[in-house]
Amino acid sequence: MNNGVVNVLLVGVGGQGTILAGRVLSRAAASLGGEVKVSDIHGMAQRGGSVVTQVRFGPRVYSPVMAPGTADFLVAFEKLEARRWLYYLKDGGQLIVNNQELPPLPVLTGAAVYPDNLVAEMEKLVKNMLVIDALDLARRAGNVKAVNMVLMGALARRLPISREAWEEALAASVPDRFLEVNKKAFNLGWEQNG
Amino acid sequence: MRELLIGNHALARGAWEAGVRVAAAYPGTPSTEIIEALAGYPEVYAEWAPNEKVALEVAIGAAIGGARSLAAMKHVGVNVAADPLMTLAYTGVNAGLVLVSADDPGLFSSQNEQDNRFYARMAQIPCLEPADSQEVKDMAMLAFSLSEEFDTPVILRLTTRIAHSYSLVELGERREVPLKDYVKQPAKYVMLPAFGKVRHRVVEERRLKLAAYAETTPLNRVEWADRRVGVISSGVAYQYVKEALPGVSVLKLGLTYPLPEKLIRDFVNAVDTCYVVEELEPFLEDQIRALGLAVTGKELVPRVDELSSVIVARTVGSRVAAFAPELVSPALAPAARAPEAAATAAAELPGRPPLMCPGCPHRGVFYVLKKLQLVVAGDIGCYTLGATPPLQAMDTCICMGASLGVAMGMEKARGPEFARRVVGVIGDSTFLHSGMTGLLDMVYNGSNGTLIILDNGTTAMTGHQDHPGTGYTAAHRHAPKADLEQIARALGVQRVQVVDSYDLEAVERAIREETAAAGPSVIIARRPCALLHKEKEAVYLVDKENCLGCRYCLELGCPALSFNGEQAVIDPIQCNGCGLCIQVCPAEAIRKAGEGNE
Ligand SMILES: Cc1ncc(C[n+]2csc(CCOP(=O)(O)OP(=O)(O)O)c2C)c(N)n1
Ligand code: SF4
Ligand code: SF4
Repeated sequence: MNNGVVNVLLVGVGGQGTILAGRVLSRAAASLGGEVKVSDIHGMAQRGGSVVTQVRFGPRVYSPVMAPGTADFLVAFEKLEARRWLYYLKDGGQLIVNNQELPPLPVLTGAAVYPDNLVAEMEKLVKNMLVIDALDLARRAGNVKAVNMVLMGALARRLPISREAWEEALAASVPDRFLEVNKKAFNLGWEQNG
Repeated sequence: MRELLIGNHALARGAWEAGVRVAAAYPGTPSTEIIEALAGYPEVYAEWAPNEKVALEVAIGAAIGGARSLAAMKHVGVNVAADPLMTLAYTGVNAGLVLVSADDPGLFSSQNEQDNRFYARMAQIPCLEPADSQEVKDMAMLAFSLSEEFDTPVILRLTTRIAHSYSLVELGERREVPLKDYVKQPAKYVMLPAFGKVRHRVVEERRLKLAAYAETTPLNRVEWADRRVGVISSGVAYQYVKEALPGVSVLKLGLTYPLPEKLIRDFVNAVDTCYVVEELEPFLEDQIRALGLAVTGKELVPRVDELSSVIVARTVGSRVAAFAPELVSPALAPAARAPEAAATAAAELPGRPPLMCPGCPHRGVFYVLKKLQLVVAGDIGCYTLGATPPLQAMDTCICMGASLGVAMGMEKARGPEFARRVVGVIGDSTFLHSGMTGLLDMVYNGSNGTLIILDNGTTAMTGHQDHPGTGYTAAHRHAPKADLEQIARALGVQRVQVVDSYDLEAVERAIREETAAAGPSVIIARRPCALLHKEKEAVYLVDKENCLGCRYCLELGCPALSFNGEQAVIDPIQCNGCGLCIQVCPAEAIRKAGEGNE
C-alpha cells in the first residue's frame, strides 16, 4: 500500500448518497486512531452529475485527494461511473460495483448510447470485482435510498475496521428514524460474497 | 476531543472559539457552510447579506463597533466586496476582522479560477493559507489576534480542497472576548482625502511590521530533509509536495503576504536547487524572484486548473528523479508516467453533466426561450444549466447580475429592433444580489428590453439558502419578505407580469407580449424549486397506444424522460409531476397516473 494509507474512492451520480456513505466510512476509519482525510464535491456538480468522494486513512495522510492508479477500493454506485473512474483503481485493487444503470442525459436524449457490456469489460480489466444488486437489497431492507449503506456493508467486510466502529459511525451519521433501515441495508451488504 | 470537520466547519469553530460575535456572508461554493455553521452558535449573530459588499460592510461596522467579526465569500465574491476592502485596509479595525476568501482552483462550481492572494497584496494586508482543517481552525483563531495586534483586516484564503475536505480537528472551548470600546475617530474611519493620505502611510508602516513578524512566526516553517532539493509551498499544494516528494526540504508558508524575505533567502541559499510549488498564479514565485533569488516554478508547474500530488510528481518530481530518485515517492511513479492513457479510455464514455432536476421550474422557461429563438443574456444560478443541451437557450453568463447590463448593452449596440429579440434572465437571489441597479439602468436610460426573473423562492445553486425574498433569515427566523413585483415597479418598470413557470402557454404569451412592448418590462416566472416541497405530486406516464415516438418531450431535457428506441418512457421514481411534458406532447400520449384506465 501507500505508506500504510488506504485509499477508497466512492463514485456515483448526484443524489445517490455517496456523500453520506463517505461520512460513515470516514467516521468508522477514525476509530483506527490514525489520520483520515475526505474530499468531496459540492455545488454545481451535485445536480445529477458524476460525483466522487475520496476517503484516505492511515498513520499519516497528506493530500486529501488520491492519485489515479492508487485506489485500494473503488466503490461504484453505478456501472457507467465504475467504468469512468476505473483508472483510479490500483493493480490488484478491489472493485465493488452496484449493478445499476442510470442513463445520463446524453443517453436519455439519444445523443449517446449507454455501453451494453460494461460488467464483462470490467471483468477483463479487474481481478477483484464484486457485483452487487444494491438497489434490490436496499428495497429488501425497506428503502431504495439505502443503496449507499448496502455498498458500505460490502466494503466494510473487506476493511480492517471493527464492526462496532461501523455501527457507531452509522448511528452518528444517520437520523434515528432511518437507523434501522440503514443497519439492515448495511448487514445485507456485509453478507455479499464475491 | 478530535472531530472530523470540513475546513469550513473548522473555520466556523475557530472563529467561535476566538469569540467572534458578528458574521455576514452571501452564499457561494466553496464558502457557504461557514455561515450555516456559525448561525448554529447562540453567541454569534450570523446573517445572509444580500451580497458580499454588504456582508463585508456589516463586518466592518461590527469591528469598528468593537466586536470580533467575520465576512465569508467565494473568490468572485471578493470582487464584489473589493471596494470596501481596499479602504478598510486604510482604516484598519478596532476589534479583529477576518475576511474569508474561498477560492476554487479547478472550477468545481465557479465561472473563473482567479487567485485571490493578489487581493492581499493589492490591499497590503496579511494573507493566511491553511493546509488542512486543523490549520484552518488554528489560523482562524490567530487571524483575529493578528488583526487586532496590527490593526488590519486579515484575509484567510481557503481553496475548494481545504474548504470541503474533512480532516481531524482538536476542539476547544469558546473564549469570550469583551466588546472593545467604541471611540469616535474620524481621522481613522472617515476616509476624506486628507485623512486617507495619512492612513496610507500607516498602511506602509504596518506592511513593514508585518514583514518582520513573518520572519519569526511559526506560521512559516522549514522542514529540513535532504538539502539538495528545497521546495517552497503553501496551502493544499504543501500536502501534494509532502506526498510526491517525501525526501526534500520544505519551506511551508502559512503567511503568504507579506513574505519573510530573510527566511526565504536563507532557505534558498541553503539548498542546491529550489522549486516553488503553488496552485494557480506564480504569486510567491514572482515575489521571490524579485528578491533576486533563483527558483523554478511555473516553468514546470501548471498555472491552470487545480494541482495534485501526481502533477507535482510528474513535473518537479521527474526533474528531481533525474539526480535524486530516492527523494520522490515511488507510489506515484506509475501515475506520473502514464496518467493520460487510462483517463482517455474513460473520456470516450458518455458524459454525465450536471442538469436541472426533474420538475425544475426553470426548465419550461428555457424551453420557451429556445422555441422563440431569443437571444438570452443569462446570469448565474441553477438556471445557467439552461445553456447546456438539449435546451441551449443562453447566450452569455459573465457574473452575478450581468444579465441586465449585457442585455442593455446589446440593445444599445444593435438598436431597438434587436431589443425585441433579447431578454435578460436572472434568478431571484441573484436579482436581489446585484440585479436591481441594472434594472434601474434599463428604466433610466430608456431600454425596451425584457427581464425574466426566475423566482424559485431560494438560492438553489449553493444548497437552498434563504435570502431577503424568502421571508426567513440565516438562523431560520421569520423576516420581512422582499416583494419582487413592488421592487420592479418602484424602480420605474410599468410593465410587470407574474406567470406560473409550469404553464408553458402563459410563459410564452408573456414573453411575446413583453418583448413586443415598448419600454422596459419584467416577467416574474414563479414556482418553488422542486427540491423545496417535500410532498411528491402524482407522477405522469406515457400511454403506449398513443405515443408516436416523435421525441418532442425529450427536448425538455427532463432526466425522468427517456426513449426506449420506439417510444418515450417516464421513470416514476424520478418524475416530479410538474406536467411540462404533457404540454409539449402533440399526441396527448402523456397523462397523470391515476387519471384514466389503469
Ligand atoms: C459574486 C458571486 N457570489 C456568489 C456566487 C455563487 N452563486 C452563484 S449563483 C448564486 C445564486 C443562485 O440563486 P438564484 O439566482 O436564486 O438562482 P437558483 O440557483 O435558485 O436557480 C450564487 C450564490 C457567484 N457566482 N458570484
Ligand atoms: S435545485 Fe431547484 S432550481 Fe436547482 S435545478 Fe433542482 S429544481 Fe431547479
Ligand atoms: S416526466 Fe414530465 S411531469 Fe415528470 S418531471 Fe419530467 S417533465 Fe415533469
